[in-house]
Formats: sequence, structure tokens, C-alpha cells
Amino acid sequence: MKTTTLNLATLAVLAGTMVLTGTAWAQAKSAAEGIAEYRKMLEDGNPADLFEAKGEALWKQKRGPKNATLEQCNLGKGAGVVKGTFVELPRYFADTGKMQDLESRLVTCMETLQGFNAEEIGKTAFGRGEMANVTALATWVAAESRGLRFNLPQGHAEEQKSYEIGKRVFFYRGGPMDFSCASCHSVDGQRIRLQDLPNLTINPGDGVGFAAWPAYRVSNGQMWSMQLRLNDCYRQQRFPFPGFASEVTVALGTYMGVNAKGAQSIAPAIKR
Amino acid sequence: MKKNLTLVTSAVALVLVGCTSLPSPQALDAETKALMKAGFRDQGIAKLDRIEQDLGQSACSSETPPADAVAEQIMAQAKAGVKWPAGGQYLGDWREGEKIAQNGRGMTWTDSSTATSANGGSCYNCHQLSKAEVSFGTIGPSLYNYGKNRGVSDVMAPTAQPIIEYTWTKIYNSKSYAACSNMPRFGHAKVLDDKQIAHVMSLLLDPKSPVNQ
Repeated sequence: MKTTTLNLATLAVLAGTMVLTGTAWAQAKSAAEGIAEYRKMLEDGNPADLFEAKGEALWKQKRGPKNATLEQCNLGKGAGVVKGTFVELPRYFADTGKMQDLESRLVTCMETLQGFNAEEIGKTAFGRGEMANVTALATWVAAESRGLRFNLPQGHAEEQKSYEIGKRVFFYRGGPMDFSCASCHSVDGQRIRLQDLPNLTINPGDGVGFAAWPAYRVSNGQMWSMQLRLNDCYRQQRFPFPGFASEVTVALGTYMGVNAKGAQSIAPAIKR
Repeated sequence: MKKNLTLVTSAVALVLVGCTSLPSPQALDAETKALMKAGFRDQGIAKLDRIEQDLGQSACSSETPPADAVAEQIMAQAKAGVKWPAGGQYLGDWREGEKIAQNGRGMTWTDSSTATSANGGSCYNCHQLSKAEVSFGTIGPSLYNYGKNRGVSDVMAPTAQPIIEYTWTKIYNSKSYAACSNMPRFGHAKVLDDKQIAHVMSLLLDPKSPVNQ
């Protein structure tokens, strides 16, 4: 625990240094190189570790109205199997008859096994109450697949359809600024300000884009799940508010996940 | 006879496969639109009507660009809707323009007002402008030396008028020149008002602006 505290303190100092020297530093090397170096420095001190540990404890703890653990949850590879599931989601689940991403599947398990109200959780703000627990659980489940390569199933007709819908959602323009996901993420090597933008219409590489989230964000000190990542993208796109685990967000996950086939997962990553 | 039976079985199998295969592209388009409407909700100033698409947004929502005739129609409509500033006030103060170019705020559900005064132009998000600002995006082309490269040495000279009108049109409604431009339609969508656009115009065109140093 002492080590963790020390690491967090180091992190805060490093983050401060980064802001101060940001401009000069950016001139010397590309943003990507700088961030990669920064990540390397923090490798032993990624605060995502704390969320990962919390998620593992939550998985094994008897909770909810039914006072049960999540250990019998089926994340796609059979009841209780965790390793390898993250790199194969979203996928089709016959029991719910739906395409589900990691977070929506965890909520299904919390409802069926533990007796929580899925609708209530879906309405909870990120970082609050049971939603914070979903994020911690997702962080741990993702970490259990660290180093594995994305390989989403596309055998079921619903999985193929989800990809096709996801592609259309990705390119869907709207709002006062005419933005779509594709406005920023369909060309290699572009940036917003100094922030490199992954091309998500293809496999953008190991640990990039879909293969990096959930991630700990240094800039606001929060653990961000994929659903929160998408939510904030839509905020910046000037769109209205996407429903948690709505079909469009799950389809976007399918589109990005299938495109990322072969990319190695580094989730939970650390981000600016 | 056995061969015939196999053929019949294959034909039945094909029909069955046909039933479970993907819906047509048109059906997928329609379902996507329905899911977009069902998948979002109002939050603050960001209302659900932002999901409704006009011709240009709809025609530019796929990997493939629209047919030439559709693109022409989008550009013609855009151009026809451009309003020139009252009293021919195309230009403002480049210092104010620089502030607007730096400001990437506005129009999100965490902003409290849709008034143009609450918005920036987000120019540096996508473009290089002055040499001094190294934190610029690359989605749009570099605009460093924008006026200088176009031979603007005096913004009041009649020879500068065509480039002034072109630039105003581009900022007011970028789709006038490229149907699927990534650039927002700042005037058309009421993201910036005429005064703010005039300031950005000066940032781009004034020979004294850092953009033209």
C-alpha cells in the first residue's frame, strides 16, 4: 500500500512536469513518442492497478439482494471463464438474445446472479454507485486478457449485422458541427492539437484505440471504461447523450473490435 | 433421382441461408437511423434533434462519397445560403481572431448556452495558423501564411475582394466548395456570428496577423 501511495505521488509530480514542459517537449519529439515514453515511466505505477484489484474483489464477493458472487458469470466463453473473454467482446449472447459488450454483459450478470436492477445501473452516472463497480469489474476482466490479441466472433448473423450497423453509426454525421466518429478517426497519422488520432476503420496497431480501454486518465484522475470513452467522444462531437450500452454503442464496439483483429490488448492502459 | 434430390436439398439450404444472412444495405441504413434515434437522449443544450440529418449530413455519412449530382446539389444549396456581413464588414481584429481560433469550447452538453458568444472556432484543433502556436492539429491543411500565399498585401484593395469573399464563404459554409468537408459550417449552423467570423477573417488575411509573418 505504501508503494502505491508513493507511485501516485510520483505520478502527480510527473503530470505537473508534463504540463510545464509540454510545449518545448512537443517540439523535440512527436506526441506519440513523448506519450509512449511517459507511459513507460509510469508502467509500474498505473493507478488502474487499484481499480483492477477492486474489480477482482467485487467479482468474488457475495453481493446484492441475492447475496451471490459473479463467479458463475458467462462472459462468452462459459460460466466462470474470464481470461480471453475481453478480446472477443462484443459478441452475441443467446440467453439475452442480444449483442453485448463487456460492460452490458457484466450488468446482466449483476442482475441475474446478484439481483441488482440493470436499468437502475444503466441510469447511474459514470464513477458513481454500482456504475463505478461495473467499471472496476471491466478493468479487472480486461486485465485478465492483457497481451492477448483481438479476435471478435463474426459467425452469428447478429454479430455480422452489428458490425454493419456499427460501421454506419461510425460514419453518421450530425449535430451543429457535422461531426461523425470518422471525422477524426478514419485517416492515418492525423492529430487534434497534439493528440494523435488512431484510424479506427482498420487495425490501428497493438495497444491503440479499442485495444487500450479501459484506461486510467491522468488528466482528470478517473478510470475510463469503453462506454465512458464513447460517451465523451459523443459529447465532443456535439451529439446528444448516448444511452449506456445502447445498441449503437455496442455496435460501435463491434465495428472497432472486429477492425482491431490481431491487435494486442494493453488494457487497462494509462492515458494523458 | 438421387442427384435431383440433392439439388433440391441444396436449393432449400440456399434459401434458408438467404433468410439468415444480412439485411439489404437499405434496410441496414433504415435500422441504423432508427437505432440512432432510440440510442440517444436530450442532455442540457444537446437535444435529440441533433440526430436529424440534412441532405449533406446524410449523403456524407458513409465511406463512399455521394454521387456527383448529389454533391453538386449540396454545394449549390450551401452557397445559396451564405449571407454576406451587414455593411460589408468582412474584417475585424486579428487579435480577437487568434482568441477565437484558440478557443475549442462550445455546443457540448456540458456547455450552458448555445449563444455564439459561448463558442470558439476550434481552428487550431485541425489547422496550423501562426508559427508561434506549435499545438495544432492536422485534420485540415496548414493555414500558415494564408493571406500572404494568396497575394493579399492590402485587405482594402479591390484585388483582395475575391479572396475575401471566398474565405468568408468557406468559414460561413465550408460545404459550398466541398460537399463532404470535415469543417463545421460556422455561420450556417450559428456556431459563430458575423463579428466573430470577421475577426477570424482578419487572422487569416491581415498582413499584420501572425498567420502572415
